[in-house]
Amino acid sequence: MTQQPERAVTDDTFPKLLLANARERGGRYAYRYKEYGIWQSWTWAETAEQIRALALGLTKLGLEPGDSLAIVGNNRPHFYWSMVAAQMAGATPVPVYQDSVAEEMQFVLDHAGVTFAVVENQEQVDKLLSVQDRLPALRHIVYCDPRGLRNYDHSAMHPLEEVQKIGREAEAELSAELEKRVAAGKGSDPCVILYTSGTTGRPKGVVLTHDNILVTSRASADFDRLTVTDSMLSYLPMAWVGDFIFSMGQAYTKGFCVCCPESPDTMLADLREIGPTYFFAPPSIFERLLTTVMIRIEDASAIKRRIFHHFIGHAKRCEAKRKARASLSLGDRAQYALGELLVYGPLKNVLGMSRVRVGYTAGEAIGPDLFEFYRSIGVNLKQLYGQTEASVFITQQPDDAVDPDTVGVPTPGVELRIDGTTGEVFYRSPGVFREYYKAPEETEKTKTPDGWVATGDAGFMDERTGQLRILDRAKDVGKLADGSLFAPKYIENKLKFWPNIREAVCFGHQREYVTAMINMDLESVGNWAERNNIGYGSYQELAQNGDVYDMIQRDVEATNESLAGDPILAQCQIRRFLILHKELDADDGELTRTMKVRRSTIAERYAEVIDALYGGADRVLSEVEVTYEDGRTGKISGILAIRDVRTFAPAAEPARAA
Amino acid sequence: MSTEPVAEAAQTDAEYVEKELEHGLTPHRVGSTLMEFRNITLRFGGVTAIKDVSFDIRQGEIRAIIGPNGAGKSSMLNVINGFYHPQEGEVWFRGEKRGNLKPYQIARQGIARTFQNIALFNGMSTLDNIMTGRLIHMRRNMFWQALWTGPAEREEIAHRERVERIIDVLEIQHIRKTPVGRLPYGLQKRVELGRALAAEPELLLLDEPMAGMNVEEKQDMCRFVLDVNEDLGTTIALIEHDMGVVMDIADRVVVLDSGRKIADGTPDEVRSNKEVIDAYLGVAHD
Repeated sequence: MTQQPERAVTDDTFPKLLLANARERGGRYAYRYKEYGIWQSWTWAETAEQIRALALGLTKLGLEPGDSLAIVGNNRPHFYWSMVAAQMAGATPVPVYQDSVAEEMQFVLDHAGVTFAVVENQEQVDKLLSVQDRLPALRHIVYCDPRGLRNYDHSAMHPLEEVQKIGREAEAELSAELEKRVAAGKGSDPCVILYTSGTTGRPKGVVLTHDNILVTSRASADFDRLTVTDSMLSYLPMAWVGDFIFSMGQAYTKGFCVCCPESPDTMLADLREIGPTYFFAPPSIFERLLTTVMIRIEDASAIKRRIFHHFIGHAKRCEAKRKARASLSLGDRAQYALGELLVYGPLKNVLGMSRVRVGYTAGEAIGPDLFEFYRSIGVNLKQLYGQTEASVFITQQPDDAVDPDTVGVPTPGVELRIDGTTGEVFYRSPGVFREYYKAPEETEKTKTPDGWVATGDAGFMDERTGQLRILDRAKDVGKLADGSLFAPKYIENKLKFWPNIREAVCFGHQREYVTAMINMDLESVGNWAERNNIGYGSYQELAQNGDVYDMIQRDVEATNESLAGDPILAQCQIRRFLILHKELDADDGELTRTMKVRRSTIAERYAEVIDALYGGADRVLSEVEVTYEDGRTGKISGILAIRDVRTFAPAAEPARAA
Repeated sequence: MSTEPVAEAAQTDAEYVEKELEHGLTPHRVGSTLMEFRNITLRFGGVTAIKDVSFDIRQGEIRAIIGPNGAGKSSMLNVINGFYHPQEGEVWFRGEKRGNLKPYQIARQGIARTFQNIALFNGMSTLDNIMTGRLIHMRRNMFWQALWTGPAEREEIAHRERVERIIDVLEIQHIRKTPVGRLPYGLQKRVELGRALAAEPELLLLDEPMAGMNVEEKQDMCRFVLDVNEDLGTTIALIEHDMGVVMDIADRVVVLDSGRKIADGTPDEVRSNKEVIDAYLGVAHD
């Protein structure tokens, strides 16, 4: 296939890009979607026709320039088409998280002044109808799946195909108008409004322009040399900026094919069938994939297990050498090639990653073991760092400089600045958002007049790799009593990478040393207890078992050892820890609904436990109130053992944050 | 209080539609009588399982048969699909009196069923199980099927498409290729429903479709039953223990007790019937 020449940047909006793609690579596939068990495909030319019909239909129904059009549903081509159709008609698409409850949806749709909603099915229609009386601007609902909707009032509700039919019939009447609207579009127009799920307060609508998205998409796609022959599986929520940049921005600028799974449950099977070359997943997905593989390996015959473990071990050794930039011996290479034949190749095939050329993970810290596992079997997994406000890309890792601890070098066009006192990371780039929709004060607070945006994360440029390293949320970063940096989440993440540790909370701000409260992982520790014939009646009982303490202590000490090798955080080694007698729970306000630790609540509820961690006692009595699932409350009390742990001499002189 | 069957008053179709309107149901989908049972009596040796029961099933409705254990519900279902032949009484289907047909002949007439104890082919995939439901529509003989070329291939593709639509309706895409023996109970029930649907029945018989399910699975199943009824226009007769489910989804309910019919009418009418309360609802029998 011949490489298409890079086209002029005059195509400054999605509708114009669509027409250019239809013209220049009309015969290439733009979308695939599995329906009724078969992959249905649309070329760019067909896509352009579909979108045009939709845009005409929406215009005919009364979509005006300046309107907003909500999109609610699991990824499918029709929703991506709806976005561009809305833009053609001069409106702004607003994708909404499909799992949000009616109230949340009402807030977003009302705030964005949505006049049209394109939704997936009866479930979403029902949600909208239940809050319709508080959405005065909403005029029409368009749906994809008619099941169960037959008996609904259809005066303001249409199946998507019908809107397209209306559009095709209105071709003569409205085509001039539509062309005028497309031509009037310019790069500085709003391209999409994405609502961020704020950890505090109401979600904010981030307005990104066509320029923001397209310039960032081009720069980041060039960085990874993505081309028209690439393909990807779009399965992450459409309301998330990442999906918009990958499945819309990069796909339109490079013209590659976007594939949508049949349903969320079939994602892994569809991944295998598509075999994408470009793949993004949060760490949890990579972990789930690996777990399913490991379970099957443990069930396999002894000889297969031995082959698997032997070659995976070899791959890890090779990866370590490659990372240290040491050359591989001929023997190593030969064995790796054999491993590729026997283990890595088939394994990648099962995972659907045989063809992955560029893989990214972001969103959460990824465990180094997990990260290195994928890299060692030959998947080019990398990290990136981004935000909705930046049109995703702030930094990304080049192919030849990948490290689990860092998040990469600035994407071309991005400037970075790190605040000297707080360590907070600031950036300025062509992708910086225009504004928070209808919230000028918020915009002002986040974005300086000359375009710098605060990330809210503390980090520094790693001298060894020259890449950005993120430590923690800036507001959580503290100082130990001796003035050295204390990044609780960073340490907690390190602890959580151990399979036996489910959750951890570290303390140390303005204290002499760092301590930790730990939740063991009941599944993993319970499994271990079963194998070792240790009987237990409850989480609480198992948590206070001496052998469990020994096991967790080993994990904590290993964490300390790795922290000792860190120039910045060597002083953050954990001196004392305990295992909590209850699991931290969102129902008790200890975690957010997205399972993030609420430090202030925990500090309050466990004040006496924290005091004991900093006192000399080897045990503490704790009593906390808990809320059961049915809303009743009760108390859990127990005596918790506290252990002192070994710390290690720092490998290097402690440095200060840049 | 009268112990007369409560729906006697609403016998004509017009009256029935009017009654439905009062209950806020959608009248358009319920049509004329599809099947009628006149004075059915079924005996096994000396045991009378069903005694002089008459009722009808209308086109497009969801008709429930309820009753305590041993009331004769399953026997009634077996009479409907021709597995049992009643000693007395008449079965009318589409305006014609039905003789003693074999079950497969009845299946060809457009009656399909699911079973209380799941009866799937455990070693076969979901897809293959549902494909077996298409068997009565297959036109090519075994020779053609074995060759799998030309017309047989085209036919199979057409059948596969029907099956895929059912898979889509029942949201079981993710288990398409999984052997059903490995599936949890709730999903197996869904596959069984899929197989019955694959026969494109005019009348679908469900024998305790919600038995042994948790609340979420029951909700899903209710939705599927309603979807099938509304979107495919399939008439449904179901036996169910879960009163909540019956009252929510059924248009009309027949109540049996010890082989006798004690009530017949809309869920509301049945609920307020004294004999029903005594025989079934008011008495804990679990």
